[in-house]
Amino acid sequence: MKGNEALAHAAIRYGADGYFGYPITPQSEVLEVLEEQRPWETTGMVVLQAESELAAINMVYGGAACGKVVFTSSSSPGISLMQEGISYIAASEVPALIVNVMRGGPGLGTIHPSQADYFQAVKGGGHGDYHLIVLAPSSVQEMCDFMWLGWDLAFKYRTPAMLLADGLVGQMMEKVVLPEPRPRRTEEQVREQCPWAINGRKGMRPRNVITSLELVDEIMEQNNLRFQRTYREIEKNEVRYETIDTEDCDYLFVAFGSMARICQKVMEIAREEGIKIGLLRPITLWPFPSQQIKEAAKNVKGIMVVELSAGQMIEDVKLAVECNVDVKHYGRFGGIVPTPEEVLDALKKQFAINK
Amino acid sequence: MKEEIVIAGFGGQGVLSMGKILAYSGLMEDKEVTWMPSYGPEQRGGTANVTVILSDSRISSPVLNTYDTAVVLNQQSLDKFESKVKPGGVLIYDSYGIHMPPARTDIRIYQIEAMEATFELKNAKAFNMIVLGALLKVKPMVSIESVIKALKKTLPERHHHLIPMNEEALKMGMSLIKE
Repeated sequence: MKGNEALAHAAIRYGADGYFGYPITPQSEVLEVLEEQRPWETTGMVVLQAESELAAINMVYGGAACGKVVFTSSSSPGISLMQEGISYIAASEVPALIVNVMRGGPGLGTIHPSQADYFQAVKGGGHGDYHLIVLAPSSVQEMCDFMWLGWDLAFKYRTPAMLLADGLVGQMMEKVVLPEPRPRRTEEQVREQCPWAINGRKGMRPRNVITSLELVDEIMEQNNLRFQRTYREIEKNEVRYETIDTEDCDYLFVAFGSMARICQKVMEIAREEGIKIGLLRPITLWPFPSQQIKEAAKNVKGIMVVELSAGQMIEDVKLAVECNVDVKHYGRFGGIVPTPEEVLDALKKQFAINK
Repeated sequence: MKEEIVIAGFGGQGVLSMGKILAYSGLMEDKEVTWMPSYGPEQRGGTANVTVILSDSRISSPVLNTYDTAVVLNQQSLDKFESKVKPGGVLIYDSYGIHMPPARTDIRIYQIEAMEATFELKNAKAFNMIVLGALLKVKPMVSIESVIKALKKTLPERHHHLIPMNEEALKMGMSLIKE
């Protein structure tokens, strides 16, 4: 099935309580599959096409504040519209999952794959000092698996998580093993697992308040310090990445999502020509696998960061290696996806490899 | 085993669904598969193409520069993909509407008359299955049984009565290939 279809099936099987979205290419299949599956008749999950992205993200905020398992999906321009809500969700410390199937921008841009929302996803996007846990799937199987992981992490740390996919992974069809379906949590389970949720105190506990507003500066600073402690905890525990052929490579690719797949083909071709390239694929873009990149880059002649953007993740790679390694970039943008040969030519040219 | 295929033609010729059935057939044989369409506005009346990879091991890039096999169903697609077949690879094209036939000598080229065959079957919708039959005759990467299984899996139940017709189209496609 398609990556976008896998997302929808994964959500129903996780026992999600609600989806709120507004259609946009290249992720419209998410809403389409949910409507076709009619989970409201089986699990009781709500599927709602909102009147706009603003409405959708605020419905997610509302659901999350009640301790519900909720998500939205959109693509780049739609995600930009949601930024205010995402900042509010982060500040309110409620768990939610936001899926961005990126397309070429800026502006309305194109409908074809891009990775140019990296900065927006990992450096904030909305206002204020907050982070999203950002997961970057590179296969249809991961589109499914990371939905579950995203929610698990969001609930563990009471923070919004984002699946940062691109049009290529969304539209591509591959083999996928779907997890066994789980029932939605009962009202009692929600009360037990989310004692902070606003679901009626019934005279049993003090009032819960979910808000991002705090007019006493001293308290707001304390809130911020608490957010930062959570982020440090996430950085310590949740870095995820994959390495391929990094033990004895001369050059290192750092790429995520669909670009990491294309880089693997480049490595196959290069190996036949006698050029040894390894790949480090960040799976969590935040927290970023800085230490692991530094480690993998110890003995290489150079790093090439390959992105469907003009160069965004490269900044984090440079920081990771503290500029001790030569870091180059190759990217195509606006919806263009480079072929493996193109990437290999770029590597040869940038590092003056004559093979 | 690894087979990298591109199928290209006009939108509406069944290019994407042919690729999908091929991918599902690979799945029926426990192969790793990817199906990567060129999607978007160009599907509506313009050219459409899809890359299908079948492999016994993990598949890296779904995006390719060269292919083991190209199946092209109009002139624009022929112009675009003839040069992208690997040396020793296979190019299959439908002769309908082709005014500049392929000229390479380092690949195996098969001209089929699938569009003509649809007139004989009196079923224009069978076109892509005829082409798939021809492809599987040249490159038996999956069995006909697997294709039938894939059709059963992908078609909604109410269309299952059409499967014998599809099987007939596949066989007709196979008979179009003359060594």
